[in-house]
Amino acid sequence: MAASSPDTAVRTGRVTRAVIYTALIVFAFYYLLPLYVMLVNSVKPLAEIQGGAMLALPQAFTLAPWQSAWSTAQIGVSPTGLSPYFINSIVMVIPAVAISTILGALNGYVLTKWRFPGSTVVFAMMLLACFIPFQIVLIPMARILGLLGLAGTTSGLVLVHVVYGLGFTTLFFRNYYEAFPTELVKAAQIDGAGFFGIFRRILLPSSGPIIVVTVIWQFTNVWNDFLFGASFSSADSQPMTVALNNLVSSSTGVKEYNVHFAGAIMAALPTLIVYIVSGRYFVRGLMAGAVKG
Amino acid sequence: MAIAADRGHVHSPERSGAMERLQGLLPKIVLAPSFAAIVVFVYGFILFTGYLSFTNSRILPNFDLVGLANYTRLFGQPNWWLALKNLAIFGSLYIVICSVIGLGLAILLDQKIRGEGLLRPIYLYPMALSFIVTGTAWKWFLDPGIGVETIVRSWGFTTFTFNWIKDSQMAIYTVVIAAVWQSSGFVMAMFLAGLRGIDNEMIKAAQIDGASNFNLYRRIIIPQLRPAFLSAFVVLAHLAIKSYDLVIALTNGGPGRATELPATFMYSYTFTRNQMGVGAASAVIMLIMIASVIIPYIYAEVRGGQSNGR
Amino acid sequence: MAFLEIDHLVKRFGSTEVLKGIDISVDEGAFLVLVGPSGCGKSTLLSMIAGLDTITSGEVRIGGRRVNELHPSKRDIAMVFQSYALYPNMTVAENIAFGLEMRGVAKSEREAAVARVSEMLQIGHLLKRKPSQLSGGQRQRVAMGRALVRDPQVFLFDEPLSNLDAKLRVDMRTEIKRLHERMGTTIVYVTHDQIEAMTLATQIAVLRDGVLQQFGTPAEIYNNPVNVFVADFMGSPSMNLVPAKVREENGRTVVALARTGEAELTLDTGAAAQKLAGQIGREVLLGVRPEAITDADGADRNARTVVDAECHVDVVEPAGSDTFVVTSLGGKHVIARMRSDAAVRAKERARFAFNMDKAVYFDPATEKRVA
Repeated sequence: MAASSPDTAVRTGRVTRAVIYTALIVFAFYYLLPLYVMLVNSVKPLAEIQGGAMLALPQAFTLAPWQSAWSTAQIGVSPTGLSPYFINSIVMVIPAVAISTILGALNGYVLTKWRFPGSTVVFAMMLLACFIPFQIVLIPMARILGLLGLAGTTSGLVLVHVVYGLGFTTLFFRNYYEAFPTELVKAAQIDGAGFFGIFRRILLPSSGPIIVVTVIWQFTNVWNDFLFGASFSSADSQPMTVALNNLVSSSTGVKEYNVHFAGAIMAALPTLIVYIVSGRYFVRGLMAGAVKG
Repeated sequence: MAIAADRGHVHSPERSGAMERLQGLLPKIVLAPSFAAIVVFVYGFILFTGYLSFTNSRILPNFDLVGLANYTRLFGQPNWWLALKNLAIFGSLYIVICSVIGLGLAILLDQKIRGEGLLRPIYLYPMALSFIVTGTAWKWFLDPGIGVETIVRSWGFTTFTFNWIKDSQMAIYTVVIAAVWQSSGFVMAMFLAGLRGIDNEMIKAAQIDGASNFNLYRRIIIPQLRPAFLSAFVVLAHLAIKSYDLVIALTNGGPGRATELPATFMYSYTFTRNQMGVGAASAVIMLIMIASVIIPYIYAEVRGGQSNGR
Repeated sequence: MAFLEIDHLVKRFGSTEVLKGIDISVDEGAFLVLVGPSGCGKSTLLSMIAGLDTITSGEVRIGGRRVNELHPSKRDIAMVFQSYALYPNMTVAENIAFGLEMRGVAKSEREAAVARVSEMLQIGHLLKRKPSQLSGGQRQRVAMGRALVRDPQVFLFDEPLSNLDAKLRVDMRTEIKRLHERMGTTIVYVTHDQIEAMTLATQIAVLRDGVLQQFGTPAEIYNNPVNVFVADFMGSPSMNLVPAKVREENGRTVVALARTGEAELTLDTGAAAQKLAGQIGREVLLGVRPEAITDADGADRNARTVVDAECHVDVVEPAGSDTFVVTSLGGKHVIARMRSDAAVRAKERARFAFNMDKAVYFDPATEKRVA
């Protein structure tokens, strides 16, 4: 009996089920195809790709494209490979994620447990800030970064990502703490704990899941960003996405597709690993960012 | 109700002594930097860009007002109209196809599928990738020289042609293909969450009433997914209007300017064509487009949340 | 001077006045219960005593000291919350000791205090567990332990038993009463359950819509309600309130109650006659508690004025220890509480004995007590 199943009680016949499974598997192939294409072609000699065997498994397996993409491929003007840019991205992502997450947690705490007249307006303004098209801030941001002496630096990019990530991190923590029992905060107040004491001893120990969601969300967004990286970085602070695009779209010489695919996988790997390791939290973040915002 | 509403937070009573006064101010002190950042970097910048759109700024900002000249010039540009037309094509197809695929997959996955735990992450992983990676993969996969066209021809269909990415009439549809690939799994997840939230007993009741599976979905289940449709629409519309990275990586706006979108238009006019005033005007138009989608949505969400009580 | 004084306390949220000038004072060791329907302001009042809500105007004094401006942790109070508010990330022992830790009490002293309290509440075996591993009753005990360990001047309880099942609630009620008698600390206790109020309190304050309706001992509140609201709210089943006409008959003051299909029922008002003198010829609301209407043999032998009358029985509800019998008077259902072996049957006539010593009278317009 299907009665005990937690899923919908809809029941289907055998033929229908065969059709359903077929459709689902066909779609699985559709989603996996580009990943497959990138993977097999990143370990083929260029000639095999040019010969039109893009879907075939490599005949002569080689790691040379990976090596080239990582350390010798021409990016812009210098043949450095993607490795310096990979490091740029890491140096940018870690502080940007850490700072925006900490600030988001504190903001969420204040906006739920220490409301004051006008705090709703503050939250509404932060919420709306999540949705602006970044094109609207590009011109003044470039100018401010110049004035602050941060133009073309990784610190400048960190600042940009912190500022424009704040809305979402605050939203995540606010929604999470909104459901956190306020009586616990009152009890801690009577017990004599102060503002930071309550945060550190009472709320933070229960914040594990939302911290994971926020960190994953921010990590994915900052790592995958292209617009800010393209607009505000210089040759030696470019993040991975910008470097990859330079590699792929450079118009000089022979197109080394296998190197491009290897580079694309390198750029995708960190977020892909995060997704594989903690997909559940990744989806939760997507939903929270979408449905509640 | 006032009492219930006030339960939500703790009051900081007036205190005596400097330390206690500081404690009382701490929440505001903690919030202040973030708030200041948002005010300056979001709202201040919006005003700044808005102001620039009324000036004759070119390579650098300047503050000489020229009225609506930039807007007149903007809407006199065939390129801008092309960008808007492309956005309309891309946006509507992207939203419709993602919704159809997303809903279809969600319904299929909701049939107590063995292996759902394996399939779901496969449908969703593209969302974790950068649009630049997606663009790179599809750029070469759709390239007639090495991709689909060559592959199908190598199977013996020697007259097969698929060169949309090089065809200025069709290139915008390749952007749709890649974007749908990236986002439809996410839409599936939203619909699946909606489906899982529907009361099982109601479905059983409808079955006892004699509804076929088709009618069950058409009459009972899909109408209840309205909130999921709305969320999906808002998210997809928002993504479509902001789309920049994917076009850059996939076609770089080409061939020619065939896949120009407002976001690429804004960038090139501002930073490479030195027409900052026009670029600012196009950014303002983009903001208005997004606001007209988002603000009613947030307003409805907030109002709905209030009327449900706490 | 009283120990806990609440002096013309007002609370406003925006333009809504939630508490409209409350005056209550109790001596040290009192068990004050704030009771009323939800939304009456009782929890807000408790929060203001605790310092968790600001005071719009008026004053709260504990032991003669004004505490309006004091932070909750400095008022020497402890509070037990409705949800228990146990810190989920701490063990039971850490929960109980947290308040002491925040006050800088040394570790050894904290451990001794936790041991003492956990023994008193018989939760010693739970000390290493997390709140999520406890049953509802155990959480309740831990919440009380957290309050007790501080040995404060005043305990505040915010509906502490409302999340327990019926049997456990009765047990914990008894336990709270025993703890109070043993320690003698002043308690302020909020509940919407009038039985809890009656059984626990030394003083009850009945609130409605932010106004203090009546303040007194449980017996005063129960036997001498000042208005229809208090009469109706306290007691279960609640007091019968029947429209009646005051009349003078043969030199005696009586109340007449309409009945459908038969002659009206007249009841001698006995000792209340004098107070009702001004009401002759007017409508009143007669209030009689179910236990003051019995079968003829079950009537209180010490009562001075008992009126016997035959009435039509609508419904009979045996409840084991008693039998509740419903009749209709003055267009209202009237419940009588008869002995379980009383010979009454539905749809027949039976003799009812009205103990008019216990009757009270209200003005139907103002709903205030007239006699």
